[in-house]
Amino acid sequence: MSSGDITDHGEAGRTRLRLYVAGTSPRSTRSIESVRRLCEHRLGGACDLEVVDIYQQAALAGEDGVVAAPTLVRLSPLPARRITGDLSDERHVLDGLGLGALGLGGAADEH
Amino acid sequence: MASEPASPPEGTPKSPSTGAPAVAKVATGIDGFDTITFGGLPKGRPSLVCGAAGCGKTLFATTFLVNGATRFGEPGVFMSFEERAEDLVANVASLGYDLDGLVAQGKLAIDHVRVERSEIEETGEYDLEGLFIRLGFAVDSIGAKRIVLDTIETLFAGFSDETVLRAELRRLFGWIKDRGLTAIITGERGDGQLTRQGMEEYVSDCVVLLDNRVEDQITTRRLRVVKYRGSAHGTNEYPFLIDAEGISVLPVTAADLDYTIAEGVASTGIPGLDAMLEPGGFHRGTSILVSGESGTGKTMITSSMIGAACARGERCMSFVFEESGDQIIRNARSIGLDLARHVEAGLLRFEAARPSLYGLEMHLARMHRDIDRFAPSVVVVDPLSALRGPPAELQATMLRMVDMLKSRGITAIFTSLREDGSLDHDSNFGVSSLMDAWIKLLNVEANGERSRTLYVIKARGMRHSNQVREFSMSGDGIALVEAYIGPAGVLTGTARIVQEAEEAAAVLRREQESRRRRREAERRRHSLERQIDELRATLEAAAEEEAVLLSEDEMREAMLTSERRILSTRRGGTQ
Repeated sequence: MSSGDITDHGEAGRTRLRLYVAGTSPRSTRSIESVRRLCEHRLGGACDLEVVDIYQQAALAGEDGVVAAPTLVRLSPLPARRITGDLSDERHVLDGLGLGALGLGGAADEH
Repeated sequence: MASEPASPPEGTPKSPSTGAPAVAKVATGIDGFDTITFGGLPKGRPSLVCGAAGCGKTLFATTFLVNGATRFGEPGVFMSFEERAEDLVANVASLGYDLDGLVAQGKLAIDHVRVERSEIEETGEYDLEGLFIRLGFAVDSIGAKRIVLDTIETLFAGFSDETVLRAELRRLFGWIKDRGLTAIITGERGDGQLTRQGMEEYVSDCVVLLDNRVEDQITTRRLRVVKYRGSAHGTNEYPFLIDAEGISVLPVTAADLDYTIAEGVASTGIPGLDAMLEPGGFHRGTSILVSGESGTGKTMITSSMIGAACARGERCMSFVFEESGDQIIRNARSIGLDLARHVEAGLLRFEAARPSLYGLEMHLARMHRDIDRFAPSVVVVDPLSALRGPPAELQATMLRMVDMLKSRGITAIFTSLREDGSLDHDSNFGVSSLMDAWIKLLNVEANGERSRTLYVIKARGMRHSNQVREFSMSGDGIALVEAYIGPAGVLTGTARIVQEAEEAAAVLRREQESRRRRREAERRRHSLERQIDELRATLEAAAEEEAVLLSEDEMREAMLTSERRILSTRRGGTQ
């Protein structure tokens, strides 16, 4: 799991995400893959992703108010936002994270 | 669902109908609820507590956990979907529940699950594993045996995929059973069904319905066990109370007639009244009605009875609806009764409340609880007629009240303003038939004054005087006077006194007359005796005279004879 020591760069445009998954089910793997891909391709790596297994860190899940799994939480920039589901629809995820415009921009640069 | 324990757990109550060991149960510690369910909630299973907003669901659930932690050694987890932990702690602090303290002792865990629709975006498949894990974490952290989910239906507001939710809830309840946790799931009442999302489909073992009904601007809380799989349970609606002492459910409708009767006779504290009753008082454990219009002395008569009972060292409880306890104590002082000293000694307690404060059921429920706690041997309800309600309900309530008191062997004294013993002007119901004894007080108005009279109309199981008595209240207490019953009818008050005075005068007159006649006769006798004496004197005089005359005659005869002899001698020989 990536550390949280680069967290205070929200202002500088870095996005801090935390993904809660339940164990190593296919759904967990799939959602981790989705978010990784999203970070690299859409956000150009300008994001810190932390993957948390709720089986191992139940207390942390409680603090973040996680009920469903998988859940992606945007810790910064504030306010915190939550997306529940296996994150298969990339556009939906970006909209949910409020990064829709950014994501589209990133996609435009890529081409 | 391997939650059913193989060996019969300790303290398993017997189902009253079959006598066979019932479903394993967990006591809630809520007064009365454990009675009507014969032991509490089903052990190791989820139970649904549902009702409209403000019914006391959360309080019921919290009480279940707090009692579990403090009284039964079973730690609990409170998972709140609505209130934050701090709010919950503050809300139940008024009941004396120290949730923070229990959390610190590791007997309770509170987890607030915030579900906000606006904060949750959904994309793709998901499950509620997060919830399970949090619950499992909380349960494991304190070794919980009880859990509360309040109100899990909030999840339906947060997540849009109902299919997933329903499947997950089914899994959750299965998980609860697998873990052997006794759970309370609360649910908000929905249209046409017990809960909005049909939770009763999932929680099918025990469903408790709470209700908060307003009739004539008076609120009554009621509780009903809708279903309880595998166990007998009370099926009625039971009133329940939420006040500073927590929740108590009162199985008042469970009263029946198979009580044993108390033995012994208790004096009323009014010697004259005792004298009217053959055993010298009323039987213990009976219900006594004292009826009469206002100002006939009902409260003072009951106060005398209370005073006598307290003086014997018995505990008395008085439910007053029209005066305060202090007022009664002050008023009783005017007839020389010191009730304050009994209150101080803890023998006497007044419970004053306006009749409109609660509904009928609630009054009964409150009395029920207070009586259970105070354990009095004499209870006074003053006045019974202050309780208002639909006649049928009133009748039923009275019946249960009388039964409840009788089943505890408590002597009950009721007062009623209705002198004909009925509850209402236009009702055919009477409380008098429920009563074992009935003292009727009547103010008799005649010659511009009122006097208090008293009858004993009935007294089951004893001979009693059928005569009217006049009574007076003074600093020496209540004194009964025999009313004047004579050729002129029954007279009371001044008329009685006048009549008595007249009679006394007549007696005096008769006495004087007879004395006079006696004197006359004596005088006549004396005069006759005197006459007799006189006559006797005359007789004696006559006898003396007679004797004198006789002797004179004899002397004359003798002289004549001697003269003749002399003459013949002188003539000598001439013969």
